[in-house]
Amino acid sequence: MSSFLSWIDARFPLTKMWEEHLSKYYAPKNFNFWYFFGSLALLVLVLQIVTGIFLTMNFKPSAAEAFASVEYIMRDVEWGWLIRYMHSTGASAFFIVVYLHMFRAMLYGSYKGPRELIWIFGMFIYLCLMAEAFFGYLLPWGQMSYWGAQVIISLFGAIPVIGDDLSLWIRGDFVISDATLNRFFALHVIAVPLVLLVLVVMHILALHEVGSNNPDGIDIKKNKDENGIPKDGIPFHPYYSVKDIAGVAVFLIFFSIVIFFVPEGGGYFLERPNFEPADPLKTPDHIAPVWYFTPYYAILRAVTIDIGPLSAKFLGVVLMGAAVVILFFLPWLDRSPVRSIRYRGPIYKFMLGAFVVAFVVLGYLGTQAPTAGKTLLAQIGTAVYFAFFLLMPIYTKIDKTKPVPERVTFK
Amino acid sequence: MKKPLIAILFALLPAVALAAGGHDVELDKANIDPANKESLQRGAKVFVNYCMSCHAAKYQRYNRVARDLGIREDDVIEYLMFTGDKIGDHMDVAMTKADGKAYFGAAPPDLTLVARVRGVDWLYSYLRTFYLDDTRPFGVNNLVFPNVGMPHVLWELQGWQKPVYETVTDSEGHEHQVVESLELVEAGTQAPAEFDRTVRDLVNFLAYMGEPIKQERQRLGIKVLLYLLVFFVIAYLLKKEYWKDIH
Repeated sequence: MSSFLSWIDARFPLTKMWEEHLSKYYAPKNFNFWYFFGSLALLVLVLQIVTGIFLTMNFKPSAAEAFASVEYIMRDVEWGWLIRYMHSTGASAFFIVVYLHMFRAMLYGSYKGPRELIWIFGMFIYLCLMAEAFFGYLLPWGQMSYWGAQVIISLFGAIPVIGDDLSLWIRGDFVISDATLNRFFALHVIAVPLVLLVLVVMHILALHEVGSNNPDGIDIKKNKDENGIPKDGIPFHPYYSVKDIAGVAVFLIFFSIVIFFVPEGGGYFLERPNFEPADPLKTPDHIAPVWYFTPYYAILRAVTIDIGPLSAKFLGVVLMGAAVVILFFLPWLDRSPVRSIRYRGPIYKFMLGAFVVAFVVLGYLGTQAPTAGKTLLAQIGTAVYFAFFLLMPIYTKIDKTKPVPERVTFK
Repeated sequence: MKKPLIAILFALLPAVALAAGGHDVELDKANIDPANKESLQRGAKVFVNYCMSCHAAKYQRYNRVARDLGIREDDVIEYLMFTGDKIGDHMDVAMTKADGKAYFGAAPPDLTLVARVRGVDWLYSYLRTFYLDDTRPFGVNNLVFPNVGMPHVLWELQGWQKPVYETVTDSEGHEHQVVESLELVEAGTQAPAEFDRTVRDLVNFLAYMGEPIKQERQRLGIKVLLYLLVFFVIAYLLKKEYWKDIH
């Protein structure tokens, strides 16, 4: 066996890679609950790819057949219903896990130097995920698929001068049609997943280059023993591999509860109107994007005034784009000398709390039909959302911080 | 610090979850029993006799109904199939979309997934609240679906209902006539309680067609969860064993 391994190692860095990324990758020993979501995101990615492959075997990417082929999968394909529910639930699970993973980075300042590139790659993964979800949601060709895509593509139409031509180019037709469905299928199953996989590899390579952050935000590489191993580090394998397996079990329990008992997720994971085939002549009473887009949708609708030649809709689109783009700058907006929330002052704690509340409230408002009161609330939420980022260079600088310990702690 | 944050997050979840529903009319509870095969069989019979003249269930196969509802295929052919279809065919209907549109103003929708679109309580209430209204083409209107294009197909069973109006004053001081309740003016072949059961059976069948795998899915779910619980305990003990010297 060992001679076989050395034969391989002479030709391919198998042992070297195993050691670098698993058995001799030293991670801080004090990871807590929040550190499960990275490995869980990888698990969901694999689940989506595998279930997706099986779905494409029976799905028909044509306006005439798509809806019926999904019902064929649900009824006639052996275990098709399970594969389809895993994929539809997996889409929402992906966003839940990724949102919690991103929130972890904000709690413990994981985006701060020297991990800026990990954060940037992660943000690109998040963008890819949004594109992937958007393209995928059109495929079942239900009413909400169709009209949700209609709303989102029409946003591009709000861009002055090039808007109309741009949305025509995206659709490949004057309305959302068979041509749109076909290209979205190609983008959903090939283009975006390829980019996504490359980005995930880059995200992990960048992480393993600088090493993981931890709940104390301490640089464990400052304290090494005589062998050059961080005193607070433990090898990822077997310690975190066995720990993550337990996390996977808990995740799968929640995942299975949804798949087997509430696959519609209360109308949030599979929306009711989407059990009706797309009808270009019949607009649903209330069009809401899927829940993971609703915070941004609420920000878009919060803009109600035109400024000069710029329409409220266009300004809303700009603000919505800005709400996503601003996340990229987080590593440079944060001027705090400490990383972890454990050693930050009261202002940051308050601002992060307000940000989370604003994000959740905006998410709720995005699912609702607008009223005067709800629009006002969305405007306040939008203001809080942007204040968190734009005021960050000031409040993280003046905020009182606590001294950071030399070694990691278990709390 | 993180604890209050998590608390806020979870406290907000129910508010979001509750926001999913929302109906204008108060709906009666259907209280269907998806495990009751006899109810499903009666519902299937009502469906093919009363609904399938106009509505199709084009994603549902006859032999799947036979298998899931415990009916012999011969009986399905004899009692549930009238059009000379084959047992493995979809439950399609002869009426074309264009004909349907000409007859009713809108083509009667396919009903395979209607229970997943509307919900069972909506269907149960809708099918029981047709009332006489001279202004409508078929002489009936509906409480749950105002100005619906569909006639009162189940009138032989239910009889005819007349609205009882009540005058309400809105916040701006205008008076409106609203339907307070429905009153049976001409009895049908079924007593009201019996008719409610017929509709419940029909809704039960519609819910079954919406997702034929539902019963099996839930049964399997229990087994999967039991397995995962055992798997978690083993995984947790393994983790503890490995981690016992990490301090």
